[in-house]
Amino acid sequence: MIAQILFIIILAAAVYLFSKNAGRIRRNILLGKDTDRSDHPAMRWKTMAKIALGQTKMVKRPLAAVMHFFIYVGFIIINLEVMEIMIDGIFGSHRIFSKPLGSLYGLLIGGFEFLAILVLIACVVFLARRNILRLKRFRGVEMTEWPRSDANYILIIEILLMTAFLTMNAADHKLQLLNFGHYIKAGSFPVSSFLNSLLPNNANSLAIIERVCWWFHIVGILAFLNYLPYSKHFHILLAFPNTYYSNLHPKGEFTNMASVTNEVKAMLDPSFVPESPAEPARFGAKDVTDLTWKNLMEAYTCTECGRCTSVCPANITGKLLSPRKIMMDTRDRITEVGNNIDQFGKDHQDGKALLDNYISREELWACTTCNACVEACPVNINPLEIITEMRRYIVMEESQAPASLNNMFGNVENNGAPWKYSNADRLNWREGS
Amino acid sequence: MAEMAAAGKEPEILFWVGCAGSFDERAQKITRDICKILQHVGISFAVLGTEESCTGDPAKRAGNEFLFQMQAMTNIQVLDAYNIKKIVTGCPHCFNTIKNEYPGLGGNYEVIHHSQLIQQLIDEGKLKAEGGESFKGKRITYHDPCYLGRGNNIYEAPRKALEVLDAELVEMKRCKSNGLCCGAGGAQMFKEPEKGKKDINIERMNDVLEAKAQVVAAACPFCMTMLSDGVKNENKEQEIQVLDIAEITVRANGL
Repeated sequence: MIAQILFIIILAAAVYLFSKNAGRIRRNILLGKDTDRSDHPAMRWKTMAKIALGQTKMVKRPLAAVMHFFIYVGFIIINLEVMEIMIDGIFGSHRIFSKPLGSLYGLLIGGFEFLAILVLIACVVFLARRNILRLKRFRGVEMTEWPRSDANYILIIEILLMTAFLTMNAADHKLQLLNFGHYIKAGSFPVSSFLNSLLPNNANSLAIIERVCWWFHIVGILAFLNYLPYSKHFHILLAFPNTYYSNLHPKGEFTNMASVTNEVKAMLDPSFVPESPAEPARFGAKDVTDLTWKNLMEAYTCTECGRCTSVCPANITGKLLSPRKIMMDTRDRITEVGNNIDQFGKDHQDGKALLDNYISREELWACTTCNACVEACPVNINPLEIITEMRRYIVMEESQAPASLNNMFGNVENNGAPWKYSNADRLNWREGS
Repeated sequence: MAEMAAAGKEPEILFWVGCAGSFDERAQKITRDICKILQHVGISFAVLGTEESCTGDPAKRAGNEFLFQMQAMTNIQVLDAYNIKKIVTGCPHCFNTIKNEYPGLGGNYEVIHHSQLIQQLIDEGKLKAEGGESFKGKRITYHDPCYLGRGNNIYEAPRKALEVLDAELVEMKRCKSNGLCCGAGGAQMFKEPEKGKKDINIERMNDVLEAKAQVVAAACPFCMTMLSDGVKNENKEQEIQVLDIAEITVRANGL
C-alpha cells in the first residue's frame, strides 16, 4: 500500500514537472513570428511518416542508421512494458498482463528482452564512437563540455535502464522457477536468463533485487522524461511535429518577404495600397524572436548529430560557420529569452541578441546557401533559413554588408548585373567565336 | 525579342541568358552553344538583350530582399509585356529564381534549365551524339550545381546528356544530393571567402582528381569559373577539361 502511494506520488510529480517544462518550451517556440504551415495536410502526414517514423534520411550513414534504429524501436516497443509497469505500480499488481495474454505474454517479454540487448549494444557502440574513436562529427567548436556530456548522459542512462530491466527480469524469472510468492510463471525470458548464474539463489535476496531493479527502472524512466526538456534528446518528441511542419517547397526557393513586396510595389506604383499595412518590427532577424516559430521548433528538435556541419562546404574548408552551431545557438538564446521572461517579466531586455552575442557575422557570410545542411538533416531542420534571415537584418536594417557585396548590390541596381558592365553590352556574346 | 515583337512574332521559347552568360567570357561561349542547339533543332527563340536584367538572385541570397524584389518585378513587367510563357535559362541560379521565386510576385512561366532542354531533345530523338567530336572512352564526371540538384532535385537531366556520349562516366565521391558546392553560391562569387584552411573549389578538386576524370561537366557558369580555377590551381589544364553540358552536346554533334 505504501509502495502504491509512493509510486503514485512519484508518477504524478514526474508528469506534472514534465508538462510544466514542456509547456515552457512550447511557450518559447511560440515567441517566434507566425508562419503558415497548415497547407497540404496529406503531404505533411506523409512526410512525417516517411522521415520521422520511417527514418528514411538516416540511411545515408548505414552503421549509425542501424544502431539508431535499434534504440528507436527498442524505445517505442519497450514502452508497452512500461505501460504494464505503470499499472502494476498504481494497483499493486504484478505482471498484470501475463494472465490475460497467456503464452503471447512470454513472446512479448522475449521480444522486449531482445530489443533491450540490442539497445544496450547500440548504446555501447555510440559511446565508443564518441569517446574512444572520437569521430570528428561529434567534435567541433560548438561541441563544448555540456553538449558532449549531454550525449554521454543519455547513453549511460539508457544502458542503466536496460540493465535494470534485464536484471529485474532475471530475478523475476529465477523466483518463478522457485515458485516463490506471487511470481507466477510468465515465459522463458530468453535473454535475461543468461544472468541467472550471476544472481544469488536465496529467494528473499532475489525478491529484493527484483524490487530494487523495478523501482530503479521506472523511476529512472520518469527522471529521464524530465531530463528531456533540458537535453538534445528532446528530439524523440519534436522530430514528429518538426517533420510534419516541414518546408514543402523546393529547397532552392527562398521566402519572398511580404513586407518588402508592399514597399516595392508602392515604389513602382505610387497609387498602390497594401492589403495589410501593418509594418513589421524589423526586416530580417537580429534576435530569436524575429525568427519564425518553426525556426525555433527546429532549434529544440536538433539533436546535435552534426550531419549538417560535416557536409557544410564552409566548415569542411575551415571557415567558422557550422550549421549545427547555428541551431544550438538559437536554442540557447531562446532558452535564455524564456528564462528572462520567467524571472523578470515579459518586457525585459537583457541587451543581448542572437546576432553578435551568439552568432558572428563571419559565420553568416561564409555560407554558400548550397543547402547541403538542409539535405543532410534527418529531421528536416533548415539552418539556412536562419542564416538568410540574419543576413537580411544585417543588409536591410544595418546596411552592414561586406564592402564587396555592397559593390555587387550597386552594380545590380545601376546596370542590372552583379558586375560593372554596361547593360548596352549585353549582346556582346554574339560577337565571339 | 524587341525585334521579334515589332515584327508581330512570338518565340516558342525565351532564352534567358543571364549576367554570366552575357558578360563572362567563358560563359559567353556556353551562351553561343545553347543558341547553336536551339537553332540546330529549329526551335524559334528570342533573347531579351539589353532589356534583360539580373534576376536578383545574388542580392536575395546576400539578404538584400529589396533589391531582389525590385529586379524581380521589373523583369516580370518586361516578360509579361512580351507575353512570355516559356523560358530556358543557361544558369541554375536564374532558373531557380524565375521558376520558384517569381510566381509569388506575379510572374508565372514555365521555366526549364538548358540541361532539361537537352534531355527533352534527346528523348524526342532530335538530338543525338553524332557527327562531331567523339567522347568515346573518355572519363567524364558531372559536378551537380546546388541550385539545380539539391535546390530543385534535377539530377538526371544533365546526366542524360552525358549518357548518349558512349563515354566512361564516373561519379565523384560527393555527387547528386551529396554533391559538394563549388563555393560560388550565396553571393560568394562576388566577395572574398572568409578565412579558413582552403578555398571550397580547391577542396572539390580532391573529388575530381580521385575520379580521375578527363572532363568535368558543369551546368552552371559560376561552377564553371570555380572548377576551371581549381583545375588551374592544380596545374592540370592539359589533363582535365571543364566543359558545360551544352558545350559537350555541341561538340558531340559537330554544331
